[in-house]
Amino acid sequence: MTEPLPPSPSESSRLLADLTSAEYAAGFVTDIASDAIPAGLSEDVVKLISAKKGEPEWLLDFRLRAFRNWQAMPVPEWARVHYPPIDFQSIVYYSAPKQKLDGPKSLAEVDPKLLETYEKLGVPLHERAALAGVAVDAVFDSVSVATTFKDKLHEVGVIFCSFSEAVREHPELVKKYLGTVVPYSDNFYAALNSAVFSDGSFCYIPKGVKCPMELSTYFRINAKNTGQFERTLIIADDDAAVSYLEGCTAPMRDENQLHAAVVELVAHENARIKYSTVQNWYPGDKDGKGGIYNFVTKRGACRGHNSKISWTQVETGSAITWKYPSCILQGDNSVGEFYSVALANNRQQADTGTKMIHIGKNTRSTIVSKGISAGHGQNTYRGLVKIGKNAEGARNYSQCDSLLLGPHCGAHTFPYIDVQDPTAQMEHEATTSKISDDQIFYFQSRGLSTEDAVSMIVNGFCKEVIKELPMEFAVEAQKLLGLSLEGSVG
Amino acid sequence: MLRITDLHAKAGDKPILKGLSLSVNGGEVHAIMGPNGSGKSTLAHVLAGRPGYTVTGGEVLYKSSPLFDMAPEVRAREGVFLAYQYPVELPGVSNLYFLRSALNAIRRHRGESEMDAMDFLAIAKEKARFVELDETLVKRNVNEGFSGGEKKRNEIFQMAVLEPSLAILDETDSGLDIDALRIVAKGVNRLRSEDRAMIVVTHYQRLLEYIVPDFVHVLIDGKIALSGGKDLALELESKGYEWLEKEPVQARG
Repeated sequence: MTEPLPPSPSESSRLLADLTSAEYAAGFVTDIASDAIPAGLSEDVVKLISAKKGEPEWLLDFRLRAFRNWQAMPVPEWARVHYPPIDFQSIVYYSAPKQKLDGPKSLAEVDPKLLETYEKLGVPLHERAALAGVAVDAVFDSVSVATTFKDKLHEVGVIFCSFSEAVREHPELVKKYLGTVVPYSDNFYAALNSAVFSDGSFCYIPKGVKCPMELSTYFRINAKNTGQFERTLIIADDDAAVSYLEGCTAPMRDENQLHAAVVELVAHENARIKYSTVQNWYPGDKDGKGGIYNFVTKRGACRGHNSKISWTQVETGSAITWKYPSCILQGDNSVGEFYSVALANNRQQADTGTKMIHIGKNTRSTIVSKGISAGHGQNTYRGLVKIGKNAEGARNYSQCDSLLLGPHCGAHTFPYIDVQDPTAQMEHEATTSKISDDQIFYFQSRGLSTEDAVSMIVNGFCKEVIKELPMEFAVEAQKLLGLSLEGSVG
Repeated sequence: MLRITDLHAKAGDKPILKGLSLSVNGGEVHAIMGPNGSGKSTLAHVLAGRPGYTVTGGEVLYKSSPLFDMAPEVRAREGVFLAYQYPVELPGVSNLYFLRSALNAIRRHRGESEMDAMDFLAIAKEKARFVELDETLVKRNVNEGFSGGEKKRNEIFQMAVLEPSLAILDETDSGLDIDALRIVAKGVNRLRSEDRAMIVVTHYQRLLEYIVPDFVHVLIDGKIALSGGKDLALELESKGYEWLEKEPVQARG
């Protein structure tokens, strides 16, 4: 009796063939009435947004200067991403769920549909149900709908609120810091954001205070054809410390949606800011239809001596990611860190990395970037390490690793190094690896499935970065990486 | 345990196994010897289900079930274990986590409860002593930066933890110096038991001084040309394989 078997398909071609069906769990739409302005962008729209928020004159001025600047700027084309030109006149720049004029005063006033939305996303806003030790600012389309644990934070002097509230309640702080790390003239999308930003999160940690809980913002895009333009501003005063997290999701839609945020961090003497991102915007379908364009400017200034800013990002979503969370190391002995996992599956494109600008003496920076490419995904690391001429004793360590799953994806690395001080020490390591058929078979021959194999290899590849995330989010991020590659194996 | 009848298989497009038959019972150790290219490693890989090989004829029953109906990972869960000639490295994957996941995949398959990390650690420590595998290696990533000898010991360590019913050792002696060989063989010998069968694939008789087989089979051109007891290995050592390749010999023993 013979039982001929067909040739065993190569595991990686199986991987490739099936790298498609990952379910995007956050893809639902909340049916809620919204107050939106018509699509299109002009000075009048900028004025309308400002008026809707009841802003002071100086902020409208800032917006208008930004807008005029933006009009004269060319669309940046240097990133290794490809997409049809964006029609900025077809985007809705302000959309808010209908609610009482000046926003809900407490959680009891928040529309239950919104609470339900965040509940479904695993971010319950009721403080009883909320993750212990994590305060959340929930941003829905253009506005912040709720901020939890505000009172508890207030007791220790920490200000954590929506950006709009900060403009109303703490204008002196906003005025002092807004646009000082990312000027509105910085780049095309930062200028656009500065003109039309609608909300975001603000936090201020006063001198000597170690923030007693994790602060977080959960960004949700819901409305159709709407762009989300939020700003985050975090200030850690002398000897203060804070850990901040952000998460992002959006419904599955066939059209691309633009998310252009600006994040500014300021760390004064001996201050510590840890900023973690788990980005899971809708990535589009397997053929690249729909998905978020995530064009974000994030930068932190280590202004004081011995200050430290640490970025950790896990980027699994978005059709296109374009962001370079950076550190300006002004204070002597200040420290910048960048830990990143970027995943590009199906038709996703990611061009991400960091800039470490060493200005002060004995400044140190660490870059650990892990890129995972699957399907037809294209992943680019782009980074700049600049050592200024007075940055004596500056040190940088960079590590860029790429993992390729299947033959149709790509990994690209563009590390720029500019050293003007002879005492600087630079180290750069880079690797590119694939999961080999032999590795997959090794797992199988020990009783483990191909999925187990891929997930263990991917988790092993990322663990240096994942361990930098706060505990609850590390678990979340690992699950997300698994989900984003789910169906990648038979 | 294992009954191979008239097995034909190709590696890529090239026919390698050309009518191989072999029966292995629990408790037995069978040595498969033969010249280079005779199909020894192909046999090991086909039994484990490695991609790149095509079975073109014959039948293999494992515990009375058709082996080729099972995916490679199912064979492993059913107790088939391949100790590799060249174990791959798994960067970033910790040895302990890997092995506990494997053990739990097998336990789930048998309907048993999963083993927690603490219980597993105790077992892993005990089994590591078996093969004199340094505890720091046990905790490192799978085979990453291991020497050739350490990789082979790690294979036997895995075998000790997973306790297979059918262990296939593919040229476990290759690249080992005499001390490493002795340690590996000691580990293997301690794993010999009534309910476990072993197939030891080797080119040289040297390994069989340490792992004494119950049967020796000589593979020539994809078929078993001669079978015998452990003395056959010694005979091959002095006479080489050439005389077998020239004239077919009736099976003995």
